[in-house]
Amino acid sequence: MDIKELLLLMFSAIFIENIVFSQFLGTCPFLGVSEKPVTALGMGLSVTFVITLSSAATWLVYHGILVPAGLEFLKTVAFILIIAALVQIIEMFLKRFIPALYQSLGIYLPLITTNCAVLGVALLNIQNDYSFIKSVVYGFSSAVGFMMAILIFAGVRERLKFTTPPAPFRGLPIALISAGLIVLAFMGFSGISLA
Amino acid sequence: METILWALLWFVVLGGALGLILSVCGKLFEVKSDPMAEQIKEILPGANCGGCGFSGCGALADAIAKGSAKYDSCPVASADIIKEIGIITGSISEDHEGDPERPVRYRAQVMCSGTNELAKVKYIYEGLQDCNAAVRLAGGHKMCPYGCVGLGSCVEACKFDAIHIINGVAAVDYAKCHACGMCVKACPKQIIKLIPYDAKYWIGCASVDKGAATKSYCEVGCIGCKLCQKACPTGAITVDNNNANIDYSLCIGCGKCESACPRKIIWSNVSQKSDGIVREMSDLHPDRGVSSIMNQDENHQNKDKNEK
Repeated sequence: MDIKELLLLMFSAIFIENIVFSQFLGTCPFLGVSEKPVTALGMGLSVTFVITLSSAATWLVYHGILVPAGLEFLKTVAFILIIAALVQIIEMFLKRFIPALYQSLGIYLPLITTNCAVLGVALLNIQNDYSFIKSVVYGFSSAVGFMMAILIFAGVRERLKFTTPPAPFRGLPIALISAGLIVLAFMGFSGISLA
Repeated sequence: METILWALLWFVVLGGALGLILSVCGKLFEVKSDPMAEQIKEILPGANCGGCGFSGCGALADAIAKGSAKYDSCPVASADIIKEIGIITGSISEDHEGDPERPVRYRAQVMCSGTNELAKVKYIYEGLQDCNAAVRLAGGHKMCPYGCVGLGSCVEACKFDAIHIINGVAAVDYAKCHACGMCVKACPKQIIKLIPYDAKYWIGCASVDKGAATKSYCEVGCIGCKLCQKACPTGAITVDNNNANIDYSLCIGCGKCESACPRKIIWSNVSQKSDGIVREMSDLHPDRGVSSIMNQDENHQNKDKNEK
């Protein structure tokens, strides 16, 4: 558990196993909230915030309650419950104590409750048998990867608005094609093995 | 069987615990919303047009309740609503008669008559359909530096669907216009003005160039001849900087300026059809040889159909 190992885990989670580009999790907000870089950044920050905290919370609940009780097979149900409650608490907490942050993240937080990237990271943590610190680091860097992906895509989409593709491709179709091209670009990382 | 019972028990405990934490947090982190703000938000128009300078009606209601905005900050609300807000905030009393600062309803008016047929163009613009983008390219495709670009930046800014581009010039649908001023801000040429809602006459040109220059790039357009100024019995029209200007506090709506104008750019409400969209020109000035702008569009469409 040295620093090097954690840094490699971060690099791998951000670039090589990017949660959007190679695991195809969280594609809904990736396509839905990427019209403008500013909103994309808000979504990315909210996801980072929630995934980091939920990685910690789900790890604790899994190893503290589910494993001793022998209920590992119910982890998906339990995690959905925990993530939903956690997002609610975060929302209330922000509204009360950091209104400025709530103003900027506010509308994205409820959306994240059902974001599969959050649940996906929590389940991957368990599947890969990560320790607590590794889980939090993996969660945080996966979310940073998500933020990077959505920001790149928002930048591309902003440029797309100023282009005139053939009529059938206008709007979402050309966005999907460009998303595919970005994914192809990230395939360049896929050969690298850090383990 | 035992596993199922354990699972049930644990999940009841887990769910209960989470529920408890949530309700405790709900009490702990409770944010009291201002009832006054809620009340004000209820009666505000709710179009979130942003004319007040706040991000929406909710933000304005908060600001009014907090006292950081005046009770009459909404440019769209009618005098009655403003009065109601004033009563809620205690700024004015029940028997307050009207609001001296808001004597009349306003409407937006595009100060340009240079339709596609009348205004000459410098080049054919085929770029992004946005006035700001076009203006950066040598000030737009029309020769006239003060003319409506006609690419609809104001149409996009309008939250009330009250402004449309008709034959290359933006036209305001008076019935829908709430005078929020968003089109005024959006226009890169700054040729949209707010004038009193019942204004009978307005100047359909914003050119301040000398007469010869204006004549060279538009069939219509104010040349600053001052005939209207001389014709006006009350002195409401002044020609300043080669462009006529009406002082609506003095205008009595006699219409002498309209008949005096040799360039036919003084427009009257008569040309406004029942649906509110100004069709302008030909109804009043058949001699101009331009049929009604809307008819023109229909003609174009018919032509297209015939060609097909």
